Amino acid sequence: MPQIAQLAETWSSQIFWLMVFFGITFFVIGRGMVPKVMETVAQRDGQISADLAAAKAARDAADEQEEAWRVRENENRAAAQAIVAKAKDEAAAKSESKLKAAQTRLDKKLAEAEARIAEARTAALAEVESVAVEAAQDIVARIAGAKVTKPAATKAVKEAMSHG
Amino acid sequence: MAAEQAKVDPMHQFTIEPLVGSGNWEIAGYNIAFTNSALWMLITTVVLFLFVLGGMKRELVPGRWQMMVESFTGFIDNTLETNIGKAGRKYVPYVFSLFMFILFANILGLLPLGVIGIHPFTFTSHFTITGALAILSFSIVLVVGFWKHGLHFFSLFVPHGTPLPMIPIIAPIEFISFMVRPFSLGLRLFVAMMAGHVLLEVLSSFVIDGTNAGALWGSVVGLPSFILMIGICALELLVAGIQAYVFALLTSLYINDAENLH
Repeated sequence: MPQIAQLAETWSSQIFWLMVFFGITFFVIGRGMVPKVMETVAQRDGQISADLAAAKAARDAADEQEEAWRVRENENRAAAQAIVAKAKDEAAAKSESKLKAAQTRLDKKLAEAEARIAEARTAALAEVESVAVEAAQDIVARIAGAKVTKPAATKAVKEAMSHG
Repeated sequence: MAAEQAKVDPMHQFTIEPLVGSGNWEIAGYNIAFTNSALWMLITTVVLFLFVLGGMKRELVPGRWQMMVESFTGFIDNTLETNIGKAGRKYVPYVFSLFMFILFANILGLLPLGVIGIHPFTFTSHFTITGALAILSFSIVLVVGFWKHGLHFFSLFVPHGTPLPMIPIIAPIEFISFMVRPFSLGLRLFVAMMAGHVLLEVLSSFVIDGTNAGALWGSVVGLPSFILMIGICALELLVAGIQAYVFALLTSLYINDAENLH
């Protein structure tokens, strides 16, 4: 077993060169290079988490904007609906008043017309009466030869007319 | 090399040889020959450096290579964070170096480069190396423990809720289990790597000797051994990863003891 057989003559050189090369490994690679490699990893991790945070912030901002837009949109819609409703009400009120005015005008005309008709009828009736009175006087004078006074004839005609 | 010898020596692969002319290098009387083991440490370091360098492009959208390196650092980071907590991050450079160094050493040692004449040397199959790494980890635990908690660190040996009369018995047991840690840490890796390589070498000797003994033995012994070797190779790759992970995981658990006591 050379490890034991050669121990006396080689242990010092083994340990010496181990210290030299492991020392180089430790100081140059371990202390010099590894921290830089790890720093790169840390940098990347930092970058990734920063990017993720930025993306999240951007998304939150977008959500906020959308929410604000939605609120504004709803307000606008409500306002628009209010305007429409108001216009509708106004229009309805206006047309109603117009209709009412037209109705009153019509009613008035109707009443006037009725009054005129009633007047005409009374006038006609009066004329018919006077004609009937004169006719009755003539008829009596011609048939009976008697002269009937106008009031008496009128009275008789009225009586006859009211009896139908 | 083993194949060229009349008899295959499964242990030969662990032999350390000084490379050309460095056999007598010394510092303060200690031999520091640049051996094949040191060469493979160098290769491991260079390959690991190139691997991590490929992940240094620092692109925001990572390529495959960068992703791979980042998944390794992330893996170590996660392990430390689950075991130690937030305070664990400062140990990432050490545990990452440890894990990757062992992982690359294990895997490079398994490469079938023998086919083109280069024989990989798995230095993690030497307890000198694994022991040194284990002691390094253990020292860090001790330093961190005493630095953060001072003498209070000794309360580690008295688990919560231990009845007073039990303390004289529990404390030595805890102390022993604590002191065994560096040995178990170092030996586990060393044994696992060595056992795997010996097994592969023994099976390959079956293949060679069986085939040399003729067509009959070649098909009865050689072929099944060869098929088994392929399976064991896959298993060894798994072991290479698992042992590196276990080493790093246990180190982080021990550091957790030092960092947070119980």
